[in-house]
Amino acid sequence: MAENEKNMNTGLVIDEEANKGIGAALSSLWQLLWRDKSGLLGLVMFLIVVFAAIAAPLISPYDPLDQEISQSKEPPAWKEKGDVSHLLGTDTLGRDIASRIIYGSRVSVTVGFLGVSMAFSLGMMIGLISGYKGGRTDNIIMTVVNMVLSLPYLVFVVFVAAVLGNSLLNVILIFGLTDIPVFVRVTRGEVLKLREEGFIEAAKSVGIKTPRIIFRHIMPNLLGPLITLATFEMSAMIFYEAGLGFLGLSVPPSVPSWGNMLAMGRQYLTVYPWMSVYPGLAIVFTGFGMNLLGDWLRDVLDPRMRRMKK
Amino acid sequence: MVKYIATRVTYSIILLIGVLFIVFMLLHLTGDPVSLMVSRQASPDEIAQLREQLGFNRPLVIQFADFVKGAVQGDFGDSFRYRQPAMELVLQRVPATIQLASVALFMAIVMGVTMGILGGSNPNSFLDAAARGLGLLGQTIPTFWLGLILILVFALNLGWFPTYGRETFTFLGLKLPDKSIVLPAFALSLFTTGQLVRFTRSAVMEVRNEDYVRTAHSKGLPRLRIYLKYILRNAAIPLISIIGVQFSYLLSGSIYIETIFSWPGLGNLLAEAVGTRDFFLVQATAFFTSLVVIGLHLLTDLIYVLVDPRIRYE
Amino acid sequence: MSDILSVRNLTTRFNTFNGVVHAVNGVSFDLKEGETLAVVGESGSGKSVTMLSLLHLLPKTTTTVSGTAEFKDGEQTHELLSMSEAEINRVRGRHIGIVFQDALSALNPVMTVGEQITESLTTHLGLTHKQAYSHALELLDNVGIAQPEKRFSSYPHQFSGGMRQRAMIAIAIACGPKIMIADEPTTALDVTIQTQIVELTRRLQREMGMTVIWITHDLGVVAGIADRVMVMYAGMPIELAQVDELYENPQHPYTEGLLGAIPKVGDSGAERLLSIPGAPPDLFKEPRHCQFAWRCDYAFDHCWKEIPPDFSVGERHYSKCFYDMDKEKPREQ
Repeated sequence: MAENEKNMNTGLVIDEEANKGIGAALSSLWQLLWRDKSGLLGLVMFLIVVFAAIAAPLISPYDPLDQEISQSKEPPAWKEKGDVSHLLGTDTLGRDIASRIIYGSRVSVTVGFLGVSMAFSLGMMIGLISGYKGGRTDNIIMTVVNMVLSLPYLVFVVFVAAVLGNSLLNVILIFGLTDIPVFVRVTRGEVLKLREEGFIEAAKSVGIKTPRIIFRHIMPNLLGPLITLATFEMSAMIFYEAGLGFLGLSVPPSVPSWGNMLAMGRQYLTVYPWMSVYPGLAIVFTGFGMNLLGDWLRDVLDPRMRRMKK
Repeated sequence: MVKYIATRVTYSIILLIGVLFIVFMLLHLTGDPVSLMVSRQASPDEIAQLREQLGFNRPLVIQFADFVKGAVQGDFGDSFRYRQPAMELVLQRVPATIQLASVALFMAIVMGVTMGILGGSNPNSFLDAAARGLGLLGQTIPTFWLGLILILVFALNLGWFPTYGRETFTFLGLKLPDKSIVLPAFALSLFTTGQLVRFTRSAVMEVRNEDYVRTAHSKGLPRLRIYLKYILRNAAIPLISIIGVQFSYLLSGSIYIETIFSWPGLGNLLAEAVGTRDFFLVQATAFFTSLVVIGLHLLTDLIYVLVDPRIRYE
Repeated sequence: MSDILSVRNLTTRFNTFNGVVHAVNGVSFDLKEGETLAVVGESGSGKSVTMLSLLHLLPKTTTTVSGTAEFKDGEQTHELLSMSEAEINRVRGRHIGIVFQDALSALNPVMTVGEQITESLTTHLGLTHKQAYSHALELLDNVGIAQPEKRFSSYPHQFSGGMRQRAMIAIAIACGPKIMIADEPTTALDVTIQTQIVELTRRLQREMGMTVIWITHDLGVVAGIADRVMVMYAGMPIELAQVDELYENPQHPYTEGLLGAIPKVGDSGAERLLSIPGAPPDLFKEPRHCQFAWRCDYAFDHCWKEIPPDFSVGERHYSKCFYDMDKEKPREQ
């Protein structure tokens, strides 16, 4: 990171750049990925998780709901009583852990994608209004946003989840809605930056109408920071979903989710530790990959940084 | 300065009222709070009776007014399960959580801020990489899983710490936890450590490039002095706000940690209450936790005034 | 007058991700004791970087500085560029002081102005706190700040722009340095305050026998304060002359262009201001010929072959230009 240089470019995305073509853009993206291998690693890890979610029925050795009581509580294959047929062992109801982990990615990825999409779109809209209009509207919106953000998040999420009950839809709604303030804040911040660069005023003075200003001039400059934010927030949502599952407040207990698995694993920690260790590792894997990806995105999508890098 | 303080206090009060409203509304979110609170076997008659008993028949506005009246006096109703005033139970659990959160915060500050300073002062060095690594670690290891792993390794395998529960000893009339606090506090602290490392590191890096640091060098001042009075003193200001924000995360995380370690605190109480559908207790806990968080934010803002002369002398 | 500072071939390069920036390319000049030298140039001309290089104020890891700079402090001569950090710290703030452009960002926001003065005094002159305190009050008074006791305990953001600049000057001259370098000290101020600061500097210079280097891009200010002027372009000094001589008889096309671009009070308003066409040079390339050639009306083929040497074009007047504008033909070598 070039900390010692002052920024020399305003880094604004101009319409003309869009005409350079997808092909050129993709290949330069690949070059950036290759140079910054941690970003590549993050992307690969992320894609592995998404792939597991999509292809779960194909790659999973067993049906995750399949109970084989005779084979319950088996440790992983490399331990004494383990067997290769259940690579990571089984849980107390005889369900294969590896399969449940693979299927568990479905819940995580779904919650992550849909939740973030909701927060992203609604948050961006509100943030745009707040930043563009300014004045009282902005003050009111930001006061509400700051108030909401200062509250103990999990406490209220737990409360709401308990009230609404166990369902995938509820979880998506809860995270999708409660994460809106974060997107509002970042969007508004970026809009204000553009304001300060005199950019919006210049466009207005040339007679460009508001909707066009917003869509063609402001939004392209928002996408970079927002996509980066979305990556981190998705990772956070996956963690929170697992946390809720751990408390028994996420998807119904029978549905395989990493959090649910940890909830069960906790009860048998002293005797069957593998039931807790491996689902947790899946979460760590996902989080690690997405954080690396997010860090790389942050460096690459910030136009200023892009020009500074080799 | 007075204006700043007055604004912050007013803001906090408005926020508290907002919290009361949210806490009240959440119970009525599904339209029928009673069905939330009773077991499945209850007959429609019993439900109707309970509804009347608890006053859920009345118009919402009146219910809210009563709720606020009660809240101001500390009355949040009685816990179904324990048959005791909810707020009383909450207050009983407070010391355990405060102790846990404080120790966790302390650990996080010591580890996080130190590494952040070391990393930020030596960009692109091994220390810097270690700092960034620590930041990443804090972000990627889920608190609840970390608790389980720590128990597995340090309590079950190595036997250095108890696997659960809070053991105390008495000191000057106070009940203080012994080493039983170490594992839960550490598990709780890791996320905050990560945040503090990241933040301190970037704050130090930024401040080092400020014009006034260059001026300090141009005056031929000794390195240590520049470090302490120019760099750290300025980087510390935003750090205070960040630390204030971390209380929120620590209280959230305590829900997991206290459950895992059977630590008798607020987080544990909330998890239990939710599990037993003891919603008055949930309300009381949610409100009290918010109160603490809001109070601490206000405190942080006031400390800010003392520390930043630009606010003190407007 | 003897030379107090002799700089030879100062070259500064920055290693950035996008390549090497040749910020300063062979600067040589002599500074006479007691004089005021104005260093003039546009942004990117290297005027600030030159001075910052002398005092090791550029980021160590990415900067390469070469050349020599001999500073004569009474009997002793010190070569500044090869000094260690400990050695340069004894010069900085003590024998050479710098006044920066933006006093608000150049002063520590969490320290009182008074403390920012006394710390130099205690560090370099070994004064006790009491001594430093009274000395600081004198300094504040001397630079024209009213109510020095109150101002001593005030913070930078509580001062107005002009007062803050005075405070910066007080800090820079606290230890009675031989040289004061002012890096665009009045650029951010309005004209009336500019004049006050210029007056203040002249008075202090007389009282303390200081030598002043005044960096600016504003030729109007130069006229009011300088004895000699050094015009810089693309990291090189391209003209050096006494101030009157420079204004009356510029010998470099760039200087001519700069002077033509100043609006003068007597102008009828019908005359167009001259602007110099073209863009500033690319500092990523090491200069191998005259860097002004792209924008020069008089450029001919030799200008593109090598960097012009210093031609003596008058009494203590030098110009790095192959073309003689008066005679309208290339100079004799």
